[in-house]
Order: sequence, then structure tokens, then C-alpha cells
Amino acid sequence: MSLGVVAAPARVAGGLFAFMLDVLVATFRFPFQIREFLQQAWFIVTVTIIPTIFVAIPFGAVIALQVGGLIRQFGAQSFTGSAAVLAVVREAGPIATALLIAGAAGSAIAADFGARRIREELDAMMVLGIDPIHRLVVPRVWACVLVAVALNGLVTIVGVAGGYFFNVVLQDGTPGAYIASFSALAQVPDLLQAMIKSMIFGFLAAVVAAYKGMNAKGGPKGVGDAVNESVVITFTLLFVVNFVVSAVYMQLVPPKGM
Amino acid sequence: MGAEVQVSHLTKKFGKQLIWGDVSLTLPAGEISVMLGPSGTGKSVFLKTLIGLIKPDEGSVIIEGVDIATCSERQLYEVRKLFGVLFQDGAMFGSMTLYDNVAFPLREHTKKSESQIRQIVMEKMELTGLIGAEDKLPGEISGGMRKRAGLARALVLDPQILLIDEPDSGLDPVRTAYINQLFIDLNAAIDATFLIVTHDINTARTVPDNIGLLYHKHLAMFGPREMLLSSTEPVVAQFLNAQRVGPIGMSEEKDADQLAAEAGFSMPPLPPITRQLEPSNGLRRRAQRPAGQWCRENGVVPPPGSFEDAVAAPGASA
Repeated sequence: MSLGVVAAPARVAGGLFAFMLDVLVATFRFPFQIREFLQQAWFIVTVTIIPTIFVAIPFGAVIALQVGGLIRQFGAQSFTGSAAVLAVVREAGPIATALLIAGAAGSAIAADFGARRIREELDAMMVLGIDPIHRLVVPRVWACVLVAVALNGLVTIVGVAGGYFFNVVLQDGTPGAYIASFSALAQVPDLLQAMIKSMIFGFLAAVVAAYKGMNAKGGPKGVGDAVNESVVITFTLLFVVNFVVSAVYMQLVPPKGM
Repeated sequence: MGAEVQVSHLTKKFGKQLIWGDVSLTLPAGEISVMLGPSGTGKSVFLKTLIGLIKPDEGSVIIEGVDIATCSERQLYEVRKLFGVLFQDGAMFGSMTLYDNVAFPLREHTKKSESQIRQIVMEKMELTGLIGAEDKLPGEISGGMRKRAGLARALVLDPQILLIDEPDSGLDPVRTAYINQLFIDLNAAIDATFLIVTHDINTARTVPDNIGLLYHKHLAMFGPREMLLSSTEPVVAQFLNAQRVGPIGMSEEKDADQLAAEAGFSMPPLPPITRQLEPSNGLRRRAQRPAGQWCRENGVVPPPGSFEDAVAAPGASA
């Protein structure tokens, strides 16, 4: 096995990490690009909001169906609501957000930067004495973070509502039991950890997409490759990070006693 | 007032592949220099090294006392404000109109009011013949217009050094002649140091004060235009006269057999040296020299018929 097999991925990881630090440092450099931040946030909202709703409804529904079926076998129908809510709030919300941010916003960012790279726009910007990380990447990253948190809220609400609909209307659960069991198991830290998760996901997705896009090479094909790699890397990274954050959360926050 | 660029012992490799090695030259302040070379000899890489977009492996590029090759990122962004760069395709920001593109450096770097910005932008757009196209997006205009827009953007911060990457690629001969005349007029007006990277012979013969030739991974020659145009050095003579006879082949260099086969032939005689373009705006360039001065001073007899053509009229390409 040659050194290259180990060195190449290590170089990408190292480059990505260095890039992430650059972004963090540039965040605190004056002036923050408010205009670009708002424009990008709005752009990300427009490309993600519709798919988010369409993903969230079946997500809530399928959890309600699966969990509902399982729980009925245990004879604990009155807890269907809480189980569904916990699954949606703790995991499904951030994961669905992650998929959409990486798939819709991340690919758009990577394609945009890739095109700018091969058209020498980024070079032109650097030559004009403007740091593209400060001017373009930082606003996009924080716009992604903001939108990820907002989307997480949307997925949670739509998912819980979808679960309610399936549980109450289609599985003959009672509204009272659904709502009551909700507050029996769920607690505020569940929501907080979901928000923190989605912030991390939004940050990572945007950083990976920007990094890959800015390092695209080899003409139009390079842009396609960069988009593809950024989505694959982000997905992989997000699922790993999701597991780690969940595991840490389980250790830090005790489950609510009944 | 232009700034001098001192390049010494510059070497660049991509991995193990040497692009060029040990390039040393000085771009004299306020003069126009052209860097020539066959395709694929790293001319664009050279240009990008001068502005610190690519770090060289060895050597230094010194501008106003700062070494671009080793200075900090912060210093680099400061030094770059001295530069105006015209990229091959103009490198316009695709999401902005031409007006916003040209105004961009002013909005980012100065505290000028919008009306002041408008005045400067319109002045530069008029200079480059873009009046009426302010609201177009870069995707909607021709390559020649994109180049001129790139030039307008490169000019708004009053650069001391202008780097121009292949101004003539993809342009018809008439537009090329106009843009060449524009460089001469600009040089007379703003007195900046120009470096034009090209492989257009006509541009190389009529525009610059100095010519450099990159060939076979090194700088074959750099000096005043008359020195290169009267040179009988095979590589220089072959390239500047666009001939097949000589050491440069279809691929980077000819193999030994081919060179041996050509050994019997001598290089064809040099064509006359044409006059350099002169400013059409009535100004005089500081670097302007009387035709034939270098040849007289250095005891070189220029090819017969040199400098006898009429003074190039504005817009004419020799």
C-alpha cells in the first residue's frame, strides 16, 4: 500500500479543517457582510422550504405508523404520541434538516463556488484585494446555520402535526393521549439539542460545500465532481456527527422520570 | 506612476513537473512588457505568480519592497491593491451587471459616495467603449465586451501595475488592434507598468517596450523590443516570425532527428522591424523611444527596411 492511499484523504481532511478555522477567524473580521448574509439566507430558504415540507410530512407519518404499530403490540397505545414526538424532535428533525441543507443548499453553494473558481472570478476577487472567504463564504455559512435552525423548527412542527394526524385519524388514537404523553416524556433539552445539532449540520454542510467548490479544478467537469463530492462528504459527516451528538446528549441529559 | 517588478530566480513546479525554472527579469516602471511563449509554457502561471495567486517553489517577486512569494496574507492583500488584472475571459462576476462589476472594487475599498462612484465607473466604461451596456449581465455580452469590461474593472482603482492575460485570444483582428491601441493610450495616460501575456505575434511586434520569451521551461530572453526583434537567436527569431524552421516543434520541442534534418537549412532572414504603436490621444509615453535607438546604441544593424513604414495610425495594427 502506497503512502498516497493514506495521504490523499488526510490532506483533504486537513485542508477542510484549516478552511473551517479560516472561516471562523474571518467571521470576526470587520465588517460582517450583512447584505450578502440576508440574500443568501433568503436564497437558501427558497431552495429548501418546499422540499422540507414534503419530506417532513411523510417522515412524521412513517414514524407514527411504525412506532404506533410496535407500541400497540406492547399494549401501550397511550404512549404513541410521546414516542413519535421524541423520534421526530430528537432525530428526524435534525436529520431531515441535514439532508435538505446538504442536498439543496450545499449543492447550490458548491456549484456556485465551483463555477466562480473555473471562471477565475475568485482569483479576480483576490486580486482586487478582497478575501473571498470573508466576502462570500462567511455570510453563506452563517446563513446556512440560521436557515438550518429554522428548518429544524419547521420539520419538527410539520412532523409532529403529521404524526398527530396519522395517530389520531388513521390509527384511532385519542387526541388527549397523544398530547398528554407528549409532555410525559419530552423535555425542553430535547428541543435544544435538536437546534444545536441543526446548527452544527448547517455549519458543516456550508463549509464542506464552499471548500469543495472553491477547490474545483479541471473545467466544467470539475464543478460537477465538486458538487458530487461535497454532497457525499457532507452526508457521511453529518450522520457521524449526529451519532456523536446524540450519544453525548444521552450521557449529559437524564431521561425524564415518569 | 508605475511600480517596478523585480523577479529573481523564480521556479515553479506542479508536483514533480517543472513549469519554468530560474526566471529572472525586471519589469521597468511605467513600461509595457510582453511575455511570449508557445502554448503550454506556463505564461498564465507566471502571471498568477506575480500577484501571489500561485506560490513559487523558489525565488522572489519584489514590488515596492515586498516579496510577494513570502509575505503574509495581509501584506499580500495590501500589495494587490496596486494591481489591476485582466483575466483571459474577463472574469466578470456573473451575478452582477457590468456597472456593478466595475463599481465593485470602489464599493469594497473606498468610502466614495454613489455619485462619485458613478462618475468614475462611467469614465472607465467610456474609455473602454462600453457606454450603453451598463445594465447587461456578463453572460449576455460577447467575449470582446467581457474583456473590455474586465479592463474597465481593472482600471477603477488606478492601478500602478496592469497584468493582462491574453487580451487577443478570441478577438477578431480589428478588435485586437483597437485593444492594443487602448493599451498604448492607457499607458500614456496613467503611466502604469504593463505586462501583457500573449502569443499573438502582431501584438508582440507593435505594442511593447520590452519582450520576454518563455520557452522550454526557462526564460529564453528578456529585453528591449528591438533587441529581440533583431535577434538571430533561433528560438527568438522562430517565434517572433511564426516560422516552422527552428527549435520549436509542434509539441514543446523538436526531437533530435528533426533538428538534425534541419541542420543544413539556415534560418530565413529577419523581416523588417515595424514601428511601435504611438499614443493616439496626443500624449507622450515616458517609456517611448525613437525608432531604432536601441539598435544604434548597441551597434546592431536592424534588418533592411526597418522603421520605414509610416507611423502606425491610431487603430491600425502595423
